[in-house]
Amino acid sequence: MAAVQDGPIELEPENEIKTETSNEVLGNPGDASGGVPPTAPVAAVATEKPAAAAADSTERQTLLAVLQFLKKSKLFESEEILRREAGLLNEIGDSQGSGAGGAGLGGGGDAEPESGDASSLLSRVAGAAATASANATPAPAKVTPVVTGGEDQPDVNVVLAAYSQQGDPVLYPVYYSGLKRFIDSVLDCHRAELSQVFYPLFVHMYLELVYNQYEKEAKAFFEKFHGDQECYYKDDLRILSGLTKKEHMKGNETLLDFRTSKFVLRISRDSYQLLKRHLQERQNNQIWNIIQEHLYIDIFDGMPRSKGQIDSMSGSLAGEAKREANKAKVFYGLLKEPEIEVPLDDEDEEAENEEGKPKKKKPKKDSTGSKSKKQDPNAPQQSRIPLPELKDSDKLDKIMNMKEATKRVRLGPESLPSICFYTFLNAYQGLTAVDFTDDSSLVAGGFADSTVRVWSVTPKKLRGVKTAGDLSLIDKDSDDVLERIMDEKTASESKNLYGHSGPVYGISFSPDRNYLLSCSEDATVRLWSLQTFTCLVGYKGHNYPVWDTQFSPYGYYFISGGHDRVARLWATDHYQPLRIFSGHLADITCTRFHPNSNYVATGSADRTIRLWDILTGNCVRIFTGHKGPIHSLAFSPNGKFLASGATDGRVLLWDIGHGLMIGELKGHTDTVYALKFSRDGEILASGSMDNTVRLWDALKAFDDIETDDFTAATGHITLPENSQELLLGSYMTKSTPVIHLHFTRRNLLLGAGAYNP
Amino acid sequence: MAEERRSKLSNTLLPTESMKGIAESIGVSQMQEETCQVLSEEVSYRIKEIAQPLYGFHAQDFIPFRFASGGGRELYFYEEKEVDLSDIINTPLPRVPLDVSMKAHWLSIEGVQPAIPENPPPAPKEQQKAESTEPLKAVKPGQEEEGQLQGKDKKKLLEGSAMKLKPRSTHELSVEQQLYYKEITEACVGSCEAKRAEALQSIATDPGLYQMLPRFSTFISEGVRVNVVQNNLALLIYLMRMVKALMDNPTLYLEKYLHELIPAVVTCIVSRQLCLRPDVDNHWALRDFAARLMAQSCKTFSTTTNNIQSRITKTFTKSWLDEKTQWTTRYGCIAGLAELGHDVIKTLIIPRLQVEGSRVKAVNEGPIVGNIDKIGADHVQSLLLKHCAPVLAKMRSPPDNQEQYRVEYGYLGPMLCTHVVKARAQAAMQAQQVNRTTLTITQPRPTLTLSQGAQSSRTPSIIKVPSSITLPMQTLVSARPSTPTQPSPPPTKFIVMSSSTGSTTTQQVITLSSAQSSVTSTSPVTSTVPSLQPLVKLEGGHTQGAGPLSGGGGASRTMQKYIVVSLPPAGDSKTLTPSPALESNSATSVKLERADSPATGNQSPQPSH
Repeated sequence: MAAVQDGPIELEPENEIKTETSNEVLGNPGDASGGVPPTAPVAAVATEKPAAAAADSTERQTLLAVLQFLKKSKLFESEEILRREAGLLNEIGDSQGSGAGGAGLGGGGDAEPESGDASSLLSRVAGAAATASANATPAPAKVTPVVTGGEDQPDVNVVLAAYSQQGDPVLYPVYYSGLKRFIDSVLDCHRAELSQVFYPLFVHMYLELVYNQYEKEAKAFFEKFHGDQECYYKDDLRILSGLTKKEHMKGNETLLDFRTSKFVLRISRDSYQLLKRHLQERQNNQIWNIIQEHLYIDIFDGMPRSKGQIDSMSGSLAGEAKREANKAKVFYGLLKEPEIEVPLDDEDEEAENEEGKPKKKKPKKDSTGSKSKKQDPNAPQQSRIPLPELKDSDKLDKIMNMKEATKRVRLGPESLPSICFYTFLNAYQGLTAVDFTDDSSLVAGGFADSTVRVWSVTPKKLRGVKTAGDLSLIDKDSDDVLERIMDEKTASESKNLYGHSGPVYGISFSPDRNYLLSCSEDATVRLWSLQTFTCLVGYKGHNYPVWDTQFSPYGYYFISGGHDRVARLWATDHYQPLRIFSGHLADITCTRFHPNSNYVATGSADRTIRLWDILTGNCVRIFTGHKGPIHSLAFSPNGKFLASGATDGRVLLWDIGHGLMIGELKGHTDTVYALKFSRDGEILASGSMDNTVRLWDALKAFDDIETDDFTAATGHITLPENSQELLLGSYMTKSTPVIHLHFTRRNLLLGAGAYNP
Repeated sequence: MAEERRSKLSNTLLPTESMKGIAESIGVSQMQEETCQVLSEEVSYRIKEIAQPLYGFHAQDFIPFRFASGGGRELYFYEEKEVDLSDIINTPLPRVPLDVSMKAHWLSIEGVQPAIPENPPPAPKEQQKAESTEPLKAVKPGQEEEGQLQGKDKKKLLEGSAMKLKPRSTHELSVEQQLYYKEITEACVGSCEAKRAEALQSIATDPGLYQMLPRFSTFISEGVRVNVVQNNLALLIYLMRMVKALMDNPTLYLEKYLHELIPAVVTCIVSRQLCLRPDVDNHWALRDFAARLMAQSCKTFSTTTNNIQSRITKTFTKSWLDEKTQWTTRYGCIAGLAELGHDVIKTLIIPRLQVEGSRVKAVNEGPIVGNIDKIGADHVQSLLLKHCAPVLAKMRSPPDNQEQYRVEYGYLGPMLCTHVVKARAQAAMQAQQVNRTTLTITQPRPTLTLSQGAQSSRTPSIIKVPSSITLPMQTLVSARPSTPTQPSPPPTKFIVMSSSTGSTTTQQVITLSSAQSSVTSTSPVTSTVPSLQPLVKLEGGHTQGAGPLSGGGGASRTMQKYIVVSLPPAGDSKTLTPSPALESNSATSVKLERADSPATGNQSPQPSH
């Protein structure tokens, strides 16, 4: 079973997949293949080592109890399978935690012949449910002692409890409102923390009711309490409200997320004790079980958090990130710039001097000197990710870039950038994506009618390469061979690229401007040549619409993410992905490369942002705090910070090294679709559906935050309410939603959007 | 709120009938109710699952189903029209939709959003309103948030100190704006009708005029003052058309400038004389047009605090009731009132029909009086008939008896009666048209064109804004020595309008040096008065309330005037009457009049505001 589970993603046996899936009801597929013992999530609930050990022993007891029960019920076949399954697991080692137990029980379920499909966890659960409910009605009586015996039940009980008659459906509202009363009555400092329990509890109680086919009670329960939930859960609640039958639970993805991933809460020890004591005093096993089984409570020592602190971090589909999820070291520094031969540079400068430009040798040397300074201690090793060799044309481009950089406008609150806005007119078919090349010479637009279109915004027209026949006539040794291969007859200001069979959602130029990537609803990513203006490759791998794609800043690699909730890392010369990053609980809506190309950030409709290590495939950061699907991401040029924009209209700033939220920029009234830092990182520009471009003082936002050891350690940060001070300007367009922003090398801000009359 | 959310999440199901219908459509009949129920739940869920997250819920503007019922059955079906292929083939192909194109413009230049048509209006109406009502929150265009912040800071400052700070709003115009202003004003009052139409179109639509509004407002109000005195009908009409254009511009918030615009408009309604030859010129049209403008501004701007409508009504009524009021003014008053709506007609005009009728009768049947009075009375009569008939048609029930009308409304009664009958017939016609499903409403737009044939000798281009004087405004301002200790007053700008009537005179342009000297001479005075009043000096034409101009004399006389208008910084001048001190002051500054002014200079009646 484990192998099947691993099947589609076995390209990289990453730890990430393991940690993600280890939470699932059916246990840990990584055990068989990986060999690294998983951190037992259930043990972590108690966060005490002895407890984990105790869990281990109760684990065996539970298993034995089930085996005994099966024997008694004369289900020899099932028993044998379970025994075999457990035995197999035992071979791996006794030290492993509850994950094995979970898998064992899952194996029990697997006795059903229909359980071959690894993709549908729930169907197996349901299958197991059928066996148990048909043959083992007295089961709960047998199991409950085990349950009460140990605090940390293995996942087996999740399955059993789900269809046991443990809770009287009529009592659910009573339990819930009892807890509500209790939490309302506790001290203020604990109330905010404990209130976090409401939403996951509500959902799980509702699901239990639905699962046990108490349709009417479930409806009543939903009606009664859904209004109490925080408004950012509205979308999830709407899906939930449609789900009223057990059959519906099969294959419902949102549900699957809820049942397979634990909702993570961070609660201070004091508050947790308070809750625990209350529930135990009241013998409120129903709620206690849910908390134990479906919630991951990350307990910390110290002051309870304030409501504001909690609110700033909550909102994601599955609660906050676990603290240890953000502990991995991230090499956020930039790679050393390759040394570019000085003679070339000098030559160019001389040429410029001839044109009568003032000599500026000194500062130039300084700038090149600073570029080649010592390796940044936070930077990854130069060869950590193999990067493509620099071509001569790349070097030329780098020199151009450096030259432009000397002419760059220093931005700041006093000198705001000028904004040039490119309005797409007559785009009735719907403009869905825009990208500019780094040197701002080309613009590409992706449209909902499946076309991609490239414009030249410089007087230089777009030309295709001559046909093969014509090319053979060219003198290949001539100096201007690159010029000769171009076909003058094809020169035009824009070129259409046809190939996709669905709306184009993402578009990205390669850094060398030779290629263009586009991703589409048709589940493919296409690579286009900007020499011939034809499609070179269609990368197939995603099963559903691909929402975003982006080239690595060094070219060659690219990332894509889509509705199938995984991000894929590709290399242009491989037709299969190099890495698959899975872990998001909903669509991946945007993908961005870190400037050093060692990491990618993905934003998702599960309202989280994840940072992935390309080398290992691990998820190294999970950022929660957005209250809506994330639609834009931007790394600061120094690689230290990340900005994210979402449908909630807020822009959040993150410190990658510390894994902390460090700023909240409020002002937009609609989805933020575009984010970009200025070339030197002083200004953050954001563009939104609300037809505005806003400029924010990024330096101030990053300076204002004090990241002392305590906040860094706990992650409990109080955000300064200073969005208004940070806002440097707001520029309204004429009914044109802003869907892309780009800073030219001289720090002129370019915006793009389709006029929407 | 919880209730609201609850309703949003309500669980809607497809009706079981739909299931039956669908089943029948694929040949499954006799579905059990229970089956339908189960199916409906399942299908509803699946539809929600698939369609809801992807597409959300949108109000479809077109649902292709038609409904029919009969025999106890309800049906929804596609309406499939029979299409004649030849029709399709023969119809010309529709135009190919325009190709996607990309257009670049400056959204912001170094932090400031340029006021170009590609950008939205720099100051949205709400902000203009906030600025006029809450000047403390005044913000710069394009930087609302920051501006609000500044406002906040200022509030903090206010809390700290007892001193009241009124933020000085800046109204400097860029060179482009100055040029634009010059071009527009010249075109609006110039002789080329095509240019004027273009200029008015620009005023009515351009989003970036907000900053020029104070200038336009003063231009109009001063222009009206001058041209009323000169009886220059053409100019007055042009100026009123400017007012109309300003009011038509959806991006402008005019309320701040009503104190200048309303008197100007009212002047054009009720002034005793608006043209040089009242017997020939059609000043009545101007009065009608201005009355419509007045009614429009009443509708738009009247609030419980400014009470524009009631004040205007009072003004009109008062001068109408005055026995000595001229026919021209009388006409204006009635027109002004009548445009305010049926209620006003009903309550104020109809009760006075009898009195007004006898007055008309006295002119028509009494001893021979001047031609002017006769024309005036005629116009008043037709005006009353025109406006009262539709109202009476609604007030009274059908049998329209001439005698009864005579009894009730006196002299005008019988004529009213015929008009009412006509009005009724017309109303019936319209009602019929409504029934015939095609409804064409032809509403004549109040447009005003001037027939220039009659005025052979006069050139309508009177107000000239010489470029040599308007453009170096900044030089004028900067030429003034400003001491650092004394806060310098807001920059005063001078526009010299030279107006000339008569065929022989030529335009005189004040040289820059003289204007400059006048500035320097007045500057000590102006610096003491922070809020400048609009200054106007009508040299020689100041014999207030001199007898009515009769017979249109003076057409042959030549006169030449120089009027120095100092444009106050916008928003500062709130009162209407120019302060005498300043007036005399400006009088001293301009001693440039050459020709004799007519002895019968006519000051227009200015309603107190």
